[in-house]
Amino acid sequence: MKKRKFGLALSLVLAAGTLLGACGKSNDDTKNNASKGENKEKAYTVAMVTDVGGVDDKSFNQSAWKGLQDYGKENGLEKGKNGFDYLQSTSDADYSTNLNTLSRQGYNLVFGIGFLMHNAVDEIAQQQPKSNFAIIDDEVKQPNVASVLFKEQEAAFLAGVAAALQTKSNKIGFIGGMKIPVIERFEAGFLAGVQAAKPEAKVDVQYSGAFDKAELGQTIASKMYASGDDVVFHAAGATGNGLFKEATDLKKKNPDKEIWAIGVDQDQSFMGPDVVLTSAMKRVDLAVKDVADKAKDGKFPGGQTTVYGLHEDGVGLAPVNSKASAKDAIDKAVKEWTAKIKDGSVKVPGTLKELKTFKAQ
Amino acid sequence: MSKRLRNILTPLIAVVLGIIVGTIIMLVSGYDPVAAYTALWNGAFGDVYYTGEVIRQVTPYILAGLAVAFAFRVGLFNIGVEGQFIVGWLAAVWVGVSFDLPKIIHLPLAIIAAMVAGGIWAFIPGLLKARFRVHEVIVTIMMNYIALHSVNYIINNKLNQGSSKTGMIHDSASLRSPWLQEITTHSTLHWGIIIAIIGCVFMWFLLEKTTRGFELRAVGFNQDAAHYAGMSVNKNIILSMVISGCFAGVAGAMEGLGTFGYMAVQGGFTGVGFNGIAVALLGGNTAIGVFFAALLFGALKIGALSMPLEAGVPKELVDIIIALIVFFVASSYIIRIVLDRFGKKEVK
Amino acid sequence: MEYVIEMLNIRKEFGNFVANDNITLQLKKGEIHALLGENGAGKTTLMNVLFGLYQPEQGEIRVKGKPVKISNPNIANDLGIGMVHQHFMLVDKFTVTENIILGKEITTGGRINLKKAEKEVRDISERYGLAVDPQAKISEISVGMQQRVEILKTLYRGAEILIFDEPTAVLTPQEIKELIQIMKTLIKEGKSIILITHKLREIMEVADRCTVIRKGKGIGTVNVSETNPNELANLMVGREVVFKTEKKEGIPKEDVLDVKDLVVKDARGIAVVNGLNLTVRAGEIVGIAGVDGNGQSEFIEAITGLRKAESGSIKLNDNELMGLTPRKITETGVGHIPQDRHKHGLVLNYPIAENMVLQTYYKKPFSKNGILNFKEIYSKAKKLIAEFDVRTPSEYALARALSGGNQQKAIIGREVDRNPDLLIAAQPTRGLDVGAIEFIHKRLIEQRDNGKAVLLVSFELDEIMNVSDRIAVIYEGRIVAVVNPKETTEQELGLLMAGSNRKEAGEGTHV
Repeated sequence: MKKRKFGLALSLVLAAGTLLGACGKSNDDTKNNASKGENKEKAYTVAMVTDVGGVDDKSFNQSAWKGLQDYGKENGLEKGKNGFDYLQSTSDADYSTNLNTLSRQGYNLVFGIGFLMHNAVDEIAQQQPKSNFAIIDDEVKQPNVASVLFKEQEAAFLAGVAAALQTKSNKIGFIGGMKIPVIERFEAGFLAGVQAAKPEAKVDVQYSGAFDKAELGQTIASKMYASGDDVVFHAAGATGNGLFKEATDLKKKNPDKEIWAIGVDQDQSFMGPDVVLTSAMKRVDLAVKDVADKAKDGKFPGGQTTVYGLHEDGVGLAPVNSKASAKDAIDKAVKEWTAKIKDGSVKVPGTLKELKTFKAQ
Repeated sequence: MSKRLRNILTPLIAVVLGIIVGTIIMLVSGYDPVAAYTALWNGAFGDVYYTGEVIRQVTPYILAGLAVAFAFRVGLFNIGVEGQFIVGWLAAVWVGVSFDLPKIIHLPLAIIAAMVAGGIWAFIPGLLKARFRVHEVIVTIMMNYIALHSVNYIINNKLNQGSSKTGMIHDSASLRSPWLQEITTHSTLHWGIIIAIIGCVFMWFLLEKTTRGFELRAVGFNQDAAHYAGMSVNKNIILSMVISGCFAGVAGAMEGLGTFGYMAVQGGFTGVGFNGIAVALLGGNTAIGVFFAALLFGALKIGALSMPLEAGVPKELVDIIIALIVFFVASSYIIRIVLDRFGKKEVK
Repeated sequence: MEYVIEMLNIRKEFGNFVANDNITLQLKKGEIHALLGENGAGKTTLMNVLFGLYQPEQGEIRVKGKPVKISNPNIANDLGIGMVHQHFMLVDKFTVTENIILGKEITTGGRINLKKAEKEVRDISERYGLAVDPQAKISEISVGMQQRVEILKTLYRGAEILIFDEPTAVLTPQEIKELIQIMKTLIKEGKSIILITHKLREIMEVADRCTVIRKGKGIGTVNVSETNPNELANLMVGREVVFKTEKKEGIPKEDVLDVKDLVVKDARGIAVVNGLNLTVRAGEIVGIAGVDGNGQSEFIEAITGLRKAESGSIKLNDNELMGLTPRKITETGVGHIPQDRHKHGLVLNYPIAENMVLQTYYKKPFSKNGILNFKEIYSKAKKLIAEFDVRTPSEYALARALSGGNQQKAIIGREVDRNPDLLIAAQPTRGLDVGAIEFIHKRLIEQRDNGKAVLLVSFELDEIMNVSDRIAVIYEGRIVAVVNPKETTEQELGLLMAGSNRKEAGEGTHV
């Protein structure tokens, strides 16, 4: 009797094995078909690997994905193997696997979104010298890698100016994600902007230590507003979503109170129409699309680092909320500072070290 | 039905049930399960590259699973594998970047450093449990946070080589092998799997064959009887936590010396330690069981990466399937009852 | 005379094992019917068949003459059959009433009507002389009272037939007396009782008739008034049983254990052993008699190192044991048959073989350079299993799978085999049947005859009187008297154990 049962189990396993084997086979066929199709159309395909945030982080990754989508739309491509696609990573260990997968799938250009992917991009680029890669927010010195950097400090500077002009309590908050160079650029620029517009205003700087913890962002924001900060800027990815939640809640409870939040990366006004003052935009979408376009036209900037600043329209400030009392003043000041930065008469500090020696006229 | 057969069948049935329920969920949400599972299979074993990645992923899972299982066999619930894993990773990388020694010394030294770091991290909750009966679950959870943030601080302030990560370890401390990468067409496969297998054998031998293992298991089953028999319960509790932590530390070394070659500031927990709990549970807390459970988890994890691309199935669904498998294993009691019924009817 | 329950030719199989083979039991209305058999004879199986937990392969059950099919306990309840389990099924944090109405709550508008329930419980309690306080919490009442709550539970559910499963196993002598009284009251009120037991004295005292089963087979039913304990024992075991264990006069020699002014505190910090003095000599068995909770457990735990003593001295062959670890004490020559074999005596999830070397696993030849030698362990286990008649499928079987008596034999085998100078036996025969008890008593006496010291702690006066060479009476943590079993009576011991009459009974001197 026992034997019979064992036999049953065995046959089940075997059946599962054959099933899976069959699956494997059929897939090989489709794969061949797919590659054949690819050759026919000869579209320039692009894909990207997100970090753990995913393409719905309402921030950095989402912006990059929008760039890819725009690229696809313009060239009549569809999501998928013959057009553009993305892979999300669940841990740091997935970066190289995902990059490798996409490059093996035959995508002409693969983006690594975020400085965390530095080592993975570097390594895979060496292993696959015939494929093209691009990395956002970091430099990888390989001939087949295009590096994209932003002058986040310039956008943050303008955000700082806006915050300084809007604050009534002269207390402003800054929520950072992790202490990494990118976020440091945001912090330095923002502090410089506040200092330039209203030297007596104080900025309360706090780091959450993560880019994906909205609840943590909310806790920090709650403390900041409670201590009298009336404008809070975040550069913390999805963690910052907690800021908007807290601000919206407070505003609902007490509509007369001055509660403002400043978004990051893309125009985040949709996160809270009543509380989002403006956003320090980092046009990852533009940069991604720009690199993809260039590559498609045979002008892939391999081995080069492209820096996108105000001048290149790679960063900027989103339209100021029309409900803000100081909107006019902000608009005016932003215009002035933008001109100064563009013509080079003001150099916004990119690190806290540089901030110390920064003097605004 | 023999007990052994039942012990093997239970997790297998749990896996099958997980896959079946996963299929139903996919059908309900409008995805093609055949394409999805095909993508999963091919994403794990369809190409030697992916198989290499699977083995690479399995390596820390085995060791983390062993860490949880070992403590569990002595009646302790080590939730702190994650923290011990993180400190082990850092210790290995630190030795890897700071010294320049011949490989034969450097590599073992780096692994031992990870082992010691993980061991110390687990020693504290072990000591508190033995001395003051402080529950190890609480202490180890807290130790995880201490590990995460201390390690981030150290990376940022002591070992920072720009971009919030340490420098690359010297080749003399690396587990990587050009040969392994070549045969797997540039996967990140490294020699760590050998260490993980040695770990399995070590755990089996220690628990089943040695005098010390006799004591450890006795304490796990019945502390009162162990005390009566003249064994030092406290000593065995501390020892088991330390050994458990050593396993976890070595798991960290696998990442530091093999997969990455450096350590970056962590935004949150890596999840390896927590997956270790599931691996140990699925593997029935035995060395061989952990090995196979880790293999399954590693294959699911790596295979899942291809699912969105090949079948358009969101990878969250794979997380759901993994969760379902763990759920069915955890409720293995139900499966056992059904098996018993099945067995009884057969007897008639 | 009408039968309220008839179980006719019942057969129950588990796989190839026949637990009940053609057993017939007929219960008359208003009688106490004892079901007698050794551990594992099939008594509990038979009752589980009656209670609807098992289905018989053959045979018929009739209730008041009508054939019935009892497929689950609810049907049994509806037929008026109630079971008082050996292991109580009560919720500690609930009151007596709450426990009793659990599952049968009286509700008014969705709320439990506790007042009404309490009144009903009190009424039943008074009618049957149970004297239970309906408002007391289970955790705060004695084991005897908890058993009465179980009885109340069955009565509350309208039971006419009560099954008592080994009811006296957990009770003190006084509580046993009261229980017997309660049973008699129940009969007077028209109930019928089936009493599962292996204690012959209780059967003689309370039962009207007795059905004996042996190894799953029905041996027969006898009228208790027409039989005697010897006959019952012979029927149960299938051979002559010697009640009074035969022993030669002991020849005590030098002092082996010498305890002076021992003070031990319990977990609450109360000195439960309070200035205890006792000596045990080589070649004698000293029995400690006393009511449970007078410091016996703590005393033994202090000798064996399981509990820290506050002050005093414990000397074994002039070696001080105070402050030593259990391992050192074991190595010095103390064997210990613990009171709770599941908690202390065995690792239930270990095979019986590994349990056989629980204290010696680290020594040669079982261990060499830290590696276990399973060959030696198994051969040692095989030898002990044969020598001590431990009935187990093999030495690889888990200790959990053995019956209580065989578990106890395994422990005794292990402890005796180590050949300790002092063997401590705490409640060594608790819950065991006559055959096993006889075996264990013989082994204890054998140790004595080999010139070892034996310290026996038991709540069974029979056992103490039967086996000991000297009896030390413990009361409130002190030895209040040491008497010679030949020169004393149970009455005298009972008085001493109750703490009265200390002076008349002698001043704790050697006899």
